[in-house]
Amino acid sequence: MSEKTAGRWGLFLRSEIFHNYRRSPSAIAGSIMVVLVLLVALLGPIWTVQNPYDIASLELGDAYKPPVWLEGGEAKFFLGTDQQGRDMVSAIVYGSRVSLFIGIAGTIMASVIGIALGLMAGYFGGKVDGIIMRIADIQLSFPTMLIALLLMSVLGKGVFNILLSLTLVGWVRYARTVRGETLSVKKSEYIEAAKVIGLPDLRILVRHVLPNVFASIIVLSTIQVGSFILTEASLSFLGMGVPLTRPSLGMLCNNGFTVLYSGLWWVSILPGLYIMVIVFGINLLGDFLRDELNPKLK
Amino acid sequence: MFRFIVKRLIQLVLVLFVVSLIVFVFTSVMGNPVYLMVRENATEAEIQAVVQYLGLDKPLPVQYGIFLKNALHGNFGKSYMYHLPALGLIMERFPATLEIVVVALLLSASLGIPLGVLSGAYPKSKFSQGVMAFSIAGISMPSFWIGMVMIFFFSLYLGVLPVSGRGDVGTILGINTSLATVNGWQHIILPSITLALGNVATIIRLTRSGMQENMRQDYVRFARAKGVPRRKVLFGHALKNTLIPVVTIFGLQMGSLIAFTTITETIFAWPGMGKLLIDAINIAARPIIAAYILFVAVMFVFINFIVDILYVFIDPRIDLQ
Repeated sequence: MSEKTAGRWGLFLRSEIFHNYRRSPSAIAGSIMVVLVLLVALLGPIWTVQNPYDIASLELGDAYKPPVWLEGGEAKFFLGTDQQGRDMVSAIVYGSRVSLFIGIAGTIMASVIGIALGLMAGYFGGKVDGIIMRIADIQLSFPTMLIALLLMSVLGKGVFNILLSLTLVGWVRYARTVRGETLSVKKSEYIEAAKVIGLPDLRILVRHVLPNVFASIIVLSTIQVGSFILTEASLSFLGMGVPLTRPSLGMLCNNGFTVLYSGLWWVSILPGLYIMVIVFGINLLGDFLRDELNPKLK
Repeated sequence: MFRFIVKRLIQLVLVLFVVSLIVFVFTSVMGNPVYLMVRENATEAEIQAVVQYLGLDKPLPVQYGIFLKNALHGNFGKSYMYHLPALGLIMERFPATLEIVVVALLLSASLGIPLGVLSGAYPKSKFSQGVMAFSIAGISMPSFWIGMVMIFFFSLYLGVLPVSGRGDVGTILGINTSLATVNGWQHIILPSITLALGNVATIIRLTRSGMQENMRQDYVRFARAKGVPRRKVLFGHALKNTLIPVVTIFGLQMGSLIAFTTITETIFAWPGMGKLLIDAINIAARPIIAAYILFVAVMFVFINFIVDILYVFIDPRIDLQ
């Protein structure tokens, strides 16, 4: 890179974090995986051989085809077909769109609520802090998976209900982290100064406190997307996640599990493998970011 | 110590009160049990009779009072489906769940701690990097997927281990358990490994970072300088000081293992309380769900209590007062 590269981009290219990034094979591998997965999800519908939701495009005669490298496989169905003649490549591509959407949207929702509550608890203290943190404590004493499962049993299947459950279980970690950092930022002189010149609380929170806790939020969010994708997959696998009409990768595993015993392993194991690829890439990247941005969380 | 125990008991009562309130609200909004009990073309009078029988005509606070009183007597009502007391059903299934959880915990400790110690002591080695890659992969795998892969490979492809169920049950100390028979052990291996894998990864990472921190301390260098063998320093000196967070995470992990038994037991058709919960949710069996949540809550408080007591044994500097 030329030393003269100007502007913010140049600043980034010369930064320590980019320097370390170029020397970390796992971070590079992770980001390549994430970019590929996102590209496949975005552009996938252009090149898949069928729309797996469109029942009219399915041929029952194509059912039970193994992947192309096994005997009886067809080049058209690279990873085989399921019991209804659905091309597995198309099913996985469309499934990953649902899984990624839930992971990312859920993280955004949980982070917005968690950050707001965390900022309030840390900044105002007192009763607000007490109430928010007690709720967080009680919630943290139960495993996330169990709470999400019970919430889904009340709310019923559906993409929006999953997002709601994930938000309700996910805000806690944001609130805790943001509260902790707000407490330490609050004592700094520039916050005192901002108060003295009479800035409103909202402005102080958004313009002066929030940017200082942003690094932790990025680290947390990266890891959260992966863990939400896994939680959603588990819920859908148990039949308490997305509806059959809009299958995520976890739902595909659920659907394929019934024919695993007949030896049709590709229908259930391949979508699960793709979940692992997605989450593995996210976690490699998350690990790097955590080491770089927030050594305290290490 | 005595004061600590009393304090903990008061805390237990408080937690249970809050949980019972949540459970009550929760199960109240969950489907209408009346329609599960009457036939499809029931008359108004029949529906009224069932509503009265279930006490649903009373105001909510009164209903909660009745619920609480019954719950204190261990009575959560009968399951609509099994026609058996809900708590009894859970207690009956509990040993099966405890079995796989205990075996999974032992597996993850015996694998996770040594791997964590070694990779923390030599963080730059190839071995350590391999362990770290494995642990990231471990937390990236959906647990049901691990189960499916193992069923396919060991049961269907190699045909060496049974696909599902609990196998022969024998008795140890009057408790029926699969751990007493060879066939039972064959059945327990796959579910426990499935349950343990994600856990191993967490324990490796925690032990590793604790070890890395302790290896830099003066007492470790001093021990090496005076000629204590490397292995003894690792497992005797450094590991001992790393154990506190590891034990804490063990307590937490036990809770999440119990939650994940819902998935493992569903895959392996293991007749434990996790599978019972999923079945109960599918048929909206309120009494079983309520009993399950309160049972698990008592268990979590109890586990935390044990963990706190363990601290004192591991680190005498900790004072519970």
